[in-house]
Amino acid sequence: MREHIVSPKVYFAVFATLGVFTVVTWSVAKADLGILNVVVALTIAVIKATLVVLYFMHVRWSSRLTWVFVCAGFFWLAIMIALTLSDFTTRDWLTIASQ
Amino acid sequence: MRILKREQDLVDTRMTTQTGLAHHFDDIEQQREAGTLGMWAFLVTEVMFFGGLFMAYILYRWKYPAEFAVASNSLNVTMGFINTLVLICSSLTMALAVYFSQIGNRRLITVFLLLTMALGTTFLVVKGFEYHEKYVEHHVPVRFPTYEFKWEAHAKEAASGHEATLFAVDTGKVEMFFWLYFAMTGVHALHMIIGLGILTTLVIMTRRGRFTPEYHSPVELSGLYWHFVDIVWIFLFPLLYLIGAHLH
Repeated sequence: MREHIVSPKVYFAVFATLGVFTVVTWSVAKADLGILNVVVALTIAVIKATLVVLYFMHVRWSSRLTWVFVCAGFFWLAIMIALTLSDFTTRDWLTIASQ
Repeated sequence: MRILKREQDLVDTRMTTQTGLAHHFDDIEQQREAGTLGMWAFLVTEVMFFGGLFMAYILYRWKYPAEFAVASNSLNVTMGFINTLVLICSSLTMALAVYFSQIGNRRLITVFLLLTMALGTTFLVVKGFEYHEKYVEHHVPVRFPTYEFKWEAHAKEAASGHEATLFAVDTGKVEMFFWLYFAMTGVHALHMIIGLGILTTLVIMTRRGRFTPEYHSPVELSGLYWHFVDIVWIFLFPLLYLIGAHLH
């Protein structure tokens, strides 16, 4: 597979998008939206991270095997968070059951 | 026969130093693919490394949302915001350094590597001012005879009389936020310092004419590292600085 050379135009477009999202995330955080604050903040962060991975880190044009490595990394991170939270968020249930 | 073999070896060595192709690869593209894959394997371990800290953050924030919001509110959001922009700029300049290594413009590789280093240094200087601010406010979570963590209702809240956030803030829980703040931003800053070392090496290698449009893997792979460190900050900024931004 030949190396794909990304045009600087693409880099500047991604850069501008990242800048706009940074301003948006700060503006939205100033409003009290309750639980939505964290949802919006994380959604924006995930979008920004995805843009960096796909374009700055060239994963969009990388081999399938690289895709597997990248996805595996974040998948295992998700497993760690999901299993740990399923433990901690349900610990109170046991005391109820034992009473 | 043996002399012939040695001559062939010499020719091979010369070709290797010219193209940058290591002898155990079939061609330069196979070498590049292997390098990219290896770098990503390393970055996955980095994801898990920072993942542990993020996991700790998630748990404690879930346990103590009020304290985390109040503690976060005392951070300097403007500095965090400026640093976010500085890091995004440095990712752009790093990406452009990779671009110029691909088209073989040696002068511009050096220019953009140096720009990236300047922005990285700016980030660390701003971070240093922030740390100093926390030190003066006694918000560093340590206990020494001469210095210890203190938490008083933040001046901003006291002035506006925001009762809801003042009611029962536990100092220990606030301290936990600052512990995570220093652990996460500290490890991130350490990665930036290591990144600056890598970029210095790249500048020297560029000056020595080591990179060609065919061989520039070190620039490309260091770029992956630099962007990864940027991604970590993309998550740290909202999670550390913005969760109390709605309190005034």
